[in-house]
Amino acid sequence: MIRGTKDFWAGLIYIFFGASAIIIAQDYAMGTAVKMGPAYFPSLLGGILVAIGVVSVVRSFIVSGSPTGAFAVKSLSLIVASVLIFGVVVKALGVAISLPLLVLVSAYGSVHFRWGPTLALALGLTTLCIFVFLKGLGIPLPIWGTWLGN
Amino acid sequence: MEFLSHLAIGFHTAGTLTNLLYCFIGVFLGTAIGVLPGLGPTATIAMLLPATFTLPPVSALIMLAGIYYGSQYGGSTTSILVNLPGEAASVVTTIDGYQMAKQGRAGAALAAAGIGSFFAGTVSTALIAAFAPILAEMALKFGPADFFSLMVLGLVASIVLAQGSLLHALGMVVLGLLLGLVGTDVTSGTQRFTFDILELADGIGFVTVAMGMFGIGEIVRNLENEEQRSVVFAKITSLWPTREDWRRMTPSILRGTVIGSALGVLPGSGSILGSFAAYSIEKKVSKNRALIGKGAIEGVAAPESANNAGAQTSFVPMLTLGLPSNPVSALMIGAMIIHGIQPGPPVVNAQPELFWGMIVSMWIGNLMLIILNLPLIGMWVRLIMVPYQFLYPAILVFCAIGVFSLKNSQVDIYFMGLFGVLGYVFSKLGCEPAPMLLAYILGPLMEEYLRRAMLLSRGNPMVFIQRPISAALLALAVLAMCSVLIPAFSKTREEAFKE
Repeated sequence: MIRGTKDFWAGLIYIFFGASAIIIAQDYAMGTAVKMGPAYFPSLLGGILVAIGVVSVVRSFIVSGSPTGAFAVKSLSLIVASVLIFGVVVKALGVAISLPLLVLVSAYGSVHFRWGPTLALALGLTTLCIFVFLKGLGIPLPIWGTWLGN
Repeated sequence: MEFLSHLAIGFHTAGTLTNLLYCFIGVFLGTAIGVLPGLGPTATIAMLLPATFTLPPVSALIMLAGIYYGSQYGGSTTSILVNLPGEAASVVTTIDGYQMAKQGRAGAALAAAGIGSFFAGTVSTALIAAFAPILAEMALKFGPADFFSLMVLGLVASIVLAQGSLLHALGMVVLGLLLGLVGTDVTSGTQRFTFDILELADGIGFVTVAMGMFGIGEIVRNLENEEQRSVVFAKITSLWPTREDWRRMTPSILRGTVIGSALGVLPGSGSILGSFAAYSIEKKVSKNRALIGKGAIEGVAAPESANNAGAQTSFVPMLTLGLPSNPVSALMIGAMIIHGIQPGPPVVNAQPELFWGMIVSMWIGNLMLIILNLPLIGMWVRLIMVPYQFLYPAILVFCAIGVFSLKNSQVDIYFMGLFGVLGYVFSKLGCEPAPMLLAYILGPLMEEYLRRAMLLSRGNPMVFIQRPISAALLALAVLAMCSVLIPAFSKTREEAFKE
């Protein structure tokens, strides 16, 4: 029976990353302790990480810990989605459309979401960014993107 | 009088109108973002870093340093007024600060924090000016093995100081080291863990990782408890401390400054250790120790002085050794590299304008802070009251554009999202992101020094304990690790974080 869910899952994540590092590093040259190849340090760290993961998983069966608590799936997915969408469409649609989109999608993750203030916020932030970042600091992002005939 | 001529160079550089202006902008923006609840110095610097890319290196670093102590200062204002610490170092300030605010003494608490910080900033700036060149001289004697051991000590310190389980702090450090290796291996040119993604050849930028884990992860975390966020706080009446306040806080400020300056130099600690230590010492030695925890001015003055002193002296390892001691200095080192400056012992002698200019600007910045903060407190209070549902979309906008501007590539935006998920999941699992970020920046450096040390010793790992500097550093690391395992200390560690 798992007593410490935090230890259990964190342990599995460590094992996953550690084992992946060791397996992927097989493709690189190992070298020797004197002349370490590109695989040497990652394999060493991967091994340590797997060991930490195993200790954590074993501990999760022995020591009971505090519960993980519910994951804020809605907020997390909306916020990450808003950023990813921005990345995908920013060059195609330009800042004038993708920034308000980022604001709207992410703001929807709040329990206090209301259309009116959010639209005003989107408008204000977009104007600010166009003037400060695009015009002022010269970040090469289009105001109107390629899909809009630019 | 070498000391004075150094300071003269510094005043000459930092005192130009342009640099004064950038110092002011940095301090102002830092405070403005720092007072926003839930945004600590790391996220603030990561967000504003791209804005400094177009500046000359000295101005950029002056501005970044200004952002750093500005945001830290802003964070203490928030801790006192609304009981929401922006970062670990101001956690202890909330205890007495918020109690004072509830008793209608918010003004005195803010003044104590401001005056304490300024005094500590002045002393620690002088200390850096006096000792940094000596340290840089010493650092030239450091061999690869010594650097490696110093990094081990830094990471061990960050593990000891992390909240929650030691095992997970250790896990996060190793994971951070591993993730730091993504990209082209310097020695062999092999592309490691890049999955044939072109943009990964240079690795994932640490700003991207920092914004993801500290920015996005933190936002989701805050949205979880959205309804419990309180924005009700006490009115600020008189800012000027009474004579009684002065009498009580002066010894605390002195103690806090000494403790903070000393502990800030330790790699891996920065300002956190100092503020915790100063608070617990106050609880033991202060004349009014019985009142601490219930709204005593000593409980604000000491940790705030220590916190600021530590923030300043944590620049020492960064400037003299080129080693980051916390995520903030890791970001600053990244900024220096972007500006073509390789941080390390030679900086002190090769670029005296940069080095001394930055140190003097810290003092000027602290002076600006106290002028900026106490009279303008009303403005900051209004900023604190901005509802979170409007704040976080704005943070996301700045993060997204900032991350894009690093390499003008969308791929960094995707990675920021990915690290946001990781950051959130890890924080739910009780694994703190700060040690991971430090390890992330140290990963490639550690590998490089390990390689060189082993090459020089012909594969004999004993070199790490045969060289006196390295052996001493490792002994310190072991000592730090053991101290946590001793029941008495680990109990105080738990208590310190619980408060």
